Amino acid sequence: MNTFPDFFQFDPGIYVEALVRWLTINFQGFFDALTTIIKWVVFNTQDVLTFIPWFLFILLIFLLGWKLKSLKSGLGYAVMITLVGLIGLWDEMIFTLSIVITSVILSIIIGIPIGIYSAYNQRLEGLMKPLLDGMQTMPSFVYLIPAMIFFGLGTVPAVFATIVYSTPPCIRLTSLAIKRVPEEMREAAYAFGSSRWQALIKVELPQAMPTIMAGINQTTMLAMSMVVISSMIGAKGLGENVLIAINRTDIAMGFNSGISIVFLAIIIDRVTQMISQKYEHV
Amino acid sequence: MSKKIEVKNLVKIFGSKPKLALKRLKDGWSKDKILNTTGQTVGVNNASFSVDDGEFFVIMGLSGSGKSTLIRCLNLLNMPTSGEVIVDGEDIVKFDKKQLREFRQKKVAMVFQNFGLFTHRTLLGNVEYGLEIRNIDKDKRQQIALETLESVGLKGWEYKKPTELSGGMQQRVGLARALANDPDILLMDEPFSALDPLIRRDMQVELLEIQSKLKKTIVFITHDINEAFKLGDRVAVMKDGKIVQQGNPEDILNNPSDEYIEDFVKSIDRTKVIQAKNIMRKPNALVSMKDGVRVAIKEMQANDISSVFVVGEKMKLEGIVTIDDCVEAVKNKQSSLKDLLRHDYYKTSEDEYIEHLLENATKSRYPIVVVNDDNRLLGIIVRTSILSGLLPSNSDTETISF
Ligand SMILES: Nc1ncnc2c1ncn2[C@@H]1O[C@H](COP(=O)(O)OP(=O)(O)OP(=O)(O)O)[C@@H](O)[C@H]1O
Ligand SMILES: [Mg+2]
Repeated sequence: MNTFPDFFQFDPGIYVEALVRWLTINFQGFFDALTTIIKWVVFNTQDVLTFIPWFLFILLIFLLGWKLKSLKSGLGYAVMITLVGLIGLWDEMIFTLSIVITSVILSIIIGIPIGIYSAYNQRLEGLMKPLLDGMQTMPSFVYLIPAMIFFGLGTVPAVFATIVYSTPPCIRLTSLAIKRVPEEMREAAYAFGSSRWQALIKVELPQAMPTIMAGINQTTMLAMSMVVISSMIGAKGLGENVLIAINRTDIAMGFNSGISIVFLAIIIDRVTQMISQKYEHV
Repeated sequence: MSKKIEVKNLVKIFGSKPKLALKRLKDGWSKDKILNTTGQTVGVNNASFSVDDGEFFVIMGLSGSGKSTLIRCLNLLNMPTSGEVIVDGEDIVKFDKKQLREFRQKKVAMVFQNFGLFTHRTLLGNVEYGLEIRNIDKDKRQQIALETLESVGLKGWEYKKPTELSGGMQQRVGLARALANDPDILLMDEPFSALDPLIRRDMQVELLEIQSKLKKTIVFITHDINEAFKLGDRVAVMKDGKIVQQGNPEDILNNPSDEYIEDFVKSIDRTKVIQAKNIMRKPNALVSMKDGVRVAIKEMQANDISSVFVVGEKMKLEGIVTIDDCVEAVKNKQSSLKDLLRHDYYKTSEDEYIEHLLENATKSRYPIVVVNDDNRLLGIIVRTSILSGLLPSNSDTETISF
């Protein structure tokens, strides 16, 4: 009596499944290309990061914190990153970092142009809004499934899922930022004979930069959280250790990898935040 | 003088059905009726006017009367719904994208009400923007920008950001940015409205100076009638999208074409508009240096006045003599006027506003004398002519107190 009638049911999941399968079959070439690109970026990033000796890496973090904010912050970040090394998770940390960086770079490359375009295009904007809302509210590990189907297990699906999860704020804030450029300023640009491209590059984007940077900061933080979750489909790094710790109910290991993630997240957050503050010009 | 801008039957309609509204407009429907029945806003309704090369043309009207819409049609920030905008013989409405960009880059520059400065750029970066867009090389455009900034009195501020400046200074940047491009035409949409009155006056004076030096064609919008009449060679008055009157300030002031402009004119402080040349008159009596004391006395008696101005060759003003002094001189058997000359009269140029003459007119015993740069006498102003100049010509019964 109180349950929904059995004969009256609808299963949207199977249609999505059909779509995903159809995509894998018909767009194999596309996914292969994507795989190549993602792999190329991840491994190159990783190469660069591992090429830097650990002490230099710590020094760099220190300098970054010091130059962007204060001596105290620089020292704090250096201590945190050193602790990660002492715990013995240096390599995992580097790997996690390279996935985050890769995802963020690709998110920016995808997100900013879409954001700009949707600022100009009401219709696209109307289409994007529910999509972006959906993408952000969907539990993040749901993305792991299609990622796995498209790309199998490993780093590539992890990056893919991370991009899908973390791009929305970049699109949203870019679009918002462009729309918020004062009308008179835009008009001034056009009144002096700027082309659309010149107005975009010389006026709109520089004006929008602080907000776009805030979007990139959010994207980075989402990427960071997703990277941990995506270890479920085989991404190496700090997340993997968390996963193992959960399976073994190993409290010590769980704490070690957990605290390392926190340290890394803090550093990334502060650094991107400080970079975005450099763009404030009101 | 050649026509720089010629606007013919310009209509601008905002909304999704401009064609329909245009047809209604041609059928003689009013702006309100069109808005109520079709939802289309008539911004400008069949405006025609022309601006001569080097002329200072002011458009005034109440808020919402379509001034901004009209001026923005002159650089196509608003695309006219119908009509022609002819600049230097070419209809700019027909320009393609490239021609339009070139037109905006070279011929016309705009100054905005809220300055529209690029806050992410330094003053220098702002002023060189137009040149940068034209791909002029960096050294050259910086040099031009520096010179232009100096010409508006902002030397030493080149590397500041606009937000560090006061409103008046920001608008100087706006002006410099427009001038750096060396355009023929300056479009100024209420450029001084956001400034406080004192700064505003300075800016007006400065703009007039720039205008007299650079001979730009200026289209200037204001809703301040004082400003309009002070700056404009000619003034157009707008109402509900239509131009209801145009002419030089004196004409409009003296013959308001309808009630609307009359109301407008009533609000004006006439002392700020009327100049010495508008109310001065030829002196009834004058004596020359060569004339003697007796001639002077005769002149004064004939005209029933107690003093008379003395001029030398070519009407050069020498001084004034009074009847009392002359009579005294005759008693002392003096005949030359030279020793009798007094200089405690008030002298002014023909462009002086009577605002500045009022006080002296009431203080001085003698009429005010109007001279040109060579000190030649052009006319005199007696107290009564100042007072009558202040009376609105259409409402003689009203008295003005000050
Ligand atoms: N982009 C637009 N879309 C729709 N209607 C507009 C637009 N711009 C102006 N209008 C309308 O056109 C009419 C004229 O406006 P305009 O801005 O030209 O007046 P204005 O004389 O400049 O007034 P103000 O002194 O307030 O600046 C107004 O009714 C206004 O609402
Ligand atoms: Mg306006």
